[in-house]
Amino acid sequence: MPEPSSIQKSAIRKRGQVGERLATLCVWAVALLVSLVFFWILIDLFLGGVRHLSLSFLFEAPRDAGRAGGIAPILVASLEIVAVCMLVALPIGIGTAVWLAEYAGDRNRLGRLVRRSLDVLASVPSIVFGLFGSAFFCLQLGLGFSILAGGLTLACMVLPIFIRTAEEGFRAVPQAYRLGAASLGISRTSTLFRILIPSALPALSAGFVLGVGRALAETAALIFTSGYVSRMPESLLDSGRAMSVHIYDLAMNVPGGNDNAFATALVLLLLLLLINASFAWISQHHLSHGASQS
Amino acid sequence: MTSLRPTTSSPPRADVFLVFALRALAVVASGIVLLILVFLLLESAPALEGIGLTRFFSDASWHPLSDRFNMMPMVFASLAITFGAILAAIPLGIGSALFCRYYAPPKLASLYRALLQLLAGIPSVVYGFWALVVLVPVLFPSLLAGIVILSLMILPTVALIADASLAQIPLEYSHGSAALGLGRWSMIRGVLLPSARRGLVTAILLGLARAIGETMAVLMVCGNVVQFPKSLTDPVRTLTANIALEMSYAGDLHRSALFVSGLLLMGLVVLLVAIAEGLSRGKIYA
Repeated sequence: MPEPSSIQKSAIRKRGQVGERLATLCVWAVALLVSLVFFWILIDLFLGGVRHLSLSFLFEAPRDAGRAGGIAPILVASLEIVAVCMLVALPIGIGTAVWLAEYAGDRNRLGRLVRRSLDVLASVPSIVFGLFGSAFFCLQLGLGFSILAGGLTLACMVLPIFIRTAEEGFRAVPQAYRLGAASLGISRTSTLFRILIPSALPALSAGFVLGVGRALAETAALIFTSGYVSRMPESLLDSGRAMSVHIYDLAMNVPGGNDNAFATALVLLLLLLLINASFAWISQHHLSHGASQS
Repeated sequence: MTSLRPTTSSPPRADVFLVFALRALAVVASGIVLLILVFLLLESAPALEGIGLTRFFSDASWHPLSDRFNMMPMVFASLAITFGAILAAIPLGIGSALFCRYYAPPKLASLYRALLQLLAGIPSVVYGFWALVVLVPVLFPSLLAGIVILSLMILPTVALIADASLAQIPLEYSHGSAALGLGRWSMIRGVLLPSARRGLVTAILLGLARAIGETMAVLMVCGNVVQFPKSLTDPVRTLTANIALEMSYAGDLHRSALFVSGLLLMGLVVLLVAIAEGLSRGKIYA
């Protein structure tokens, strides 16, 4: 077989180099395009919202179907919905995570069943949670359109996310802690409350933040569970409008509502950012503290 | 005299109770999915009996108030939007993952990753609102507008999962191909992408699952006309949007028909996720 001439060789190398250059160009172009589009979205939302944002916007009731005034009752309703959601999801979630991590090994049949059904639950679309919540919490349990029904529906939605994060946290607790506690004769119950939960606290707060973020962002599951009413809620059995539902309603059903929808969207985004940032700060502080101790 | 005899050989009563309580909580948590299924089935039973499965395909149109229940235009719209969005999100998402992993300088890569994580957390109603204000005046309420905004929404999901699966490829692979003198792109195309194949398919399937269940953005930009679209610029209504629009006033068989469409959505999504998990549970990197 004849050797390829040096001219052929350099042609092959050149073709390879052209391909390499083209690929590099494409990948950088994709990244540039994606960043540009997303900065466009973020800047639009910021500029659209910041013009109408003021302290009075946060502390006034909406007027004229939301075109004027603020979002005070909507903020209160959102926080109540999220509070109900997390108050229900936390104990069930922590309990399940502890059981999965500490008592249900990989060969435990019930453990596998629980994990699989949580995986399925995590993938159910939010509008289906809305249907379920309206059929079960609103009608079957007779809660009607209420903050309680909305919060409970969201709790079902947030559980699998929280449990997954918390379980990993408990699994990451060093085995020596458990053995040490057992050899000191500390009961399993005290081990759980005094050792495991404090050591898994960073993971628990990570799960908490993920859950709150998901709950604040949710719209479709709330439309037919906690409803549309934009008055200040007086009890958990009142209907309350969440911020996300308020944005939807202003954008779709209220001509001229865009200004206040922008402002509400900005408040929602800032709230989500604030939660994430404070969590990042807490977990970093906590982790470095733990590291300096050991 | 001190007794060395252990007080008891069985665990304290509190511990027995603890394990019992924990297991009960786990059963409650995993029972929710069963409860959802039961209630969807209960609520859709009147429609499945009173209307029958075939009429969801064969009726003349979707006019539930005059007893016509053809869901197919909405099923088609859901699938069209989902596939359009994933077709756009695959090159952009996998390109983004490649950028993070192999092309960008480390600092830029972690900034870009942080941007993607931020975007994954933006509420869908906010994406929908932005699209309504910015995209709809240009593209009109249409299938195309839905595809554009949905592809942006699932892009972070696809990119982050693809990035994570690229990160798990053993370093020997890239070291080996570099030692053979392969260029960066030949290495990616010939070695790295094929060995991350399953992880990438998982990323795409989870993106699909997110897209088909998405409600708010699609509801806000697609125009919500029940029809088979003839072109990309026609308005359409998806299954999810239909539920959100009609639940507030639906009664009897109509309401029940909406639960049937919910059941269908849940079935589709669970199927996609099951395939994705089956793929990622097996050996990912042969």
